[in-house]
Amino acid sequence: MTTTAPQVGKERRKKRGGVLGNTGLYVGVSVAALLFLLPFYLILRNSLSTDPEITGENWKLLPSFQWGNISELFDDPTVDFARSMWNSTVIAVSMTIGTLLICSLAGYGLARIPYKHANKVFYVVLVTLMVPTAVTFVPSFVLVSSLGWIDTYRGLIIPGLFSGFTCFLFRQYFLGFPKELEEAARVDGLGYWGAYWRIVVPNSLNFFAAMATITFISGWNAFLWPLVIGQDPSSWTVQVALSSFTTNQTVNFHLIFMATAISILPLLFVFLFLQRWLVQGIAQTGIKG
Amino acid sequence: MSTTTTRGVAQPAPAKASPARPRRGLRGNPTFNFWLFTGPFLIGLVIFVFVPIVWSIWLSFFDARFTVTPSKFIGLDNYKSMLTNSNFTGSLVTFTVFAALIVPLTWALSLGLAMLVHRLRFMRAFFRSVFFLPTAVSYVAAALIWKMSIFTGVRFGLMNTVLGWFGVENIAYLSDPNPPWYWLVIVTVRLWLQSGFYMILFLAALQNIPAELYEAAAIDGAKPGWQTFRYITLPQLRATSTAVILLLLVAAYQAFDEFYNIVTTKATWGQTPLMVLYKTALGENQDYGAGSAGAVILTLLICLVTLLQGKFMGFGRGEDSK
Repeated sequence: MTTTAPQVGKERRKKRGGVLGNTGLYVGVSVAALLFLLPFYLILRNSLSTDPEITGENWKLLPSFQWGNISELFDDPTVDFARSMWNSTVIAVSMTIGTLLICSLAGYGLARIPYKHANKVFYVVLVTLMVPTAVTFVPSFVLVSSLGWIDTYRGLIIPGLFSGFTCFLFRQYFLGFPKELEEAARVDGLGYWGAYWRIVVPNSLNFFAAMATITFISGWNAFLWPLVIGQDPSSWTVQVALSSFTTNQTVNFHLIFMATAISILPLLFVFLFLQRWLVQGIAQTGIKG
Repeated sequence: MSTTTTRGVAQPAPAKASPARPRRGLRGNPTFNFWLFTGPFLIGLVIFVFVPIVWSIWLSFFDARFTVTPSKFIGLDNYKSMLTNSNFTGSLVTFTVFAALIVPLTWALSLGLAMLVHRLRFMRAFFRSVFFLPTAVSYVAAALIWKMSIFTGVRFGLMNTVLGWFGVENIAYLSDPNPPWYWLVIVTVRLWLQSGFYMILFLAALQNIPAELYEAAAIDGAKPGWQTFRYITLPQLRATSTAVILLLLVAAYQAFDEFYNIVTTKATWGQTPLMVLYKTALGENQDYGAGSAGAVILTLLICLVTLLQGKFMGFGRGEDSK
């Protein structure tokens, strides 16, 4: 590949596009963007409205900004929303730390430690990718309940730590990790453990950040498992609490939307601050084959 | 990806550079270290994945109602009862319809968005972020917005308000499965939630297409637009497309969250396989045997579909083409 080729391509594309085509492109992409932002606007608008403003005939673009909805939600005796937010935080954070630790170690072992049966072990991990975790939820539930872990953080966190997919992604990443850096570790007389913590991890922080973000999102947004395990309202996650609003007849629209808005907020922050890593991470996870 | 550069080339050089060291790897016993690194993960995998799978297969041959330590072996009766259960077979139809709608639509939308964003010269990061943002929203939250704000079957719902401007009567999207308007709700919510994620994969792939290919095509007289898309972009994206379709299929097959919150488990229509299993095993009857049989059937089905897709689309062949 010559270095000038991409520039030539860009030049060509500029000429080809023209002012008209470009305007069309930006109009199209803006319309699509508005459609994609519409649900966010609806949550925000409805969460700061009164019920008649949400369900009434006279629909206004801007709400009357009922900031009191926030305190009303947290004071609502029917659903302990603060508790469910706390549960979700504990679960998502511990799952992120635990999964990263366990799966990255395994991924490194599978990718880089010359053990003669490593490939066989890798096939065992691959098999679990074929069986979707959701299908094993009935026997998993049976297992966790016979361990007495229903309604506990243990039951909500530990079974989720052993993600074949995350381990697989880490293995793919470590296969591409520059060997020269490990040669340096060898010259320094480090063992596998030392090399991993002092050379490999510090040089892979971008990928770890990406995986942390993805794990945190899936931990925060998980629904089926917390629904099955969290039977007592005190162990509900924020998603289960939200879902309970749809079946609870007495709850009010403005509270539902305020709860939805608050449940999304932490992830929006994560997105805004970590997006660069997230996009890179997803692009380089090796999914493209 | 540029990951193939060091392997095979870098290895002999250091061996020459440090002849004092006989061993080529890091210090320490590889076998011990391999198990030290992978051990915790493998133990967890066995306990929380393999034990449940084996337990599930075992339970599926027993009459296991309200008990996980059944004593009555009933052979294939659970399989027979699941395969003749109209809820279960109906859920397979639901899944097929859902997959037939959501997989091509998401593929097309995420590819379309990627091509739009790829062509932008300024504000590219902004638009990419906008389309990617819904990935942060949970299915539960999105289902609430769709059900209670956009597609409520009454006058104040956004969709019915907009349709009202054109004189269209209110449509009951979710209370009446005839005609099946609920598909519009279910499909659009998932399209919104997942397209941005797959757009990122396509964007990464688009950036890897060498510009010379388009140059050569232009010289050969290919018109920009449909022709270059058909003969260059699409074939170059083959590996990514195959992976995306596979991921979409698996995700569609596991659909639960939005169906549970939009359709609810009480409905007799629009039940996904996972919802039926949830009701069978954890509902009033707590029939772990039948639920497990259903899980086994589903696992076999998804394996079959994956293998068939691999045969038709050449999954894994993409690596050679690079």
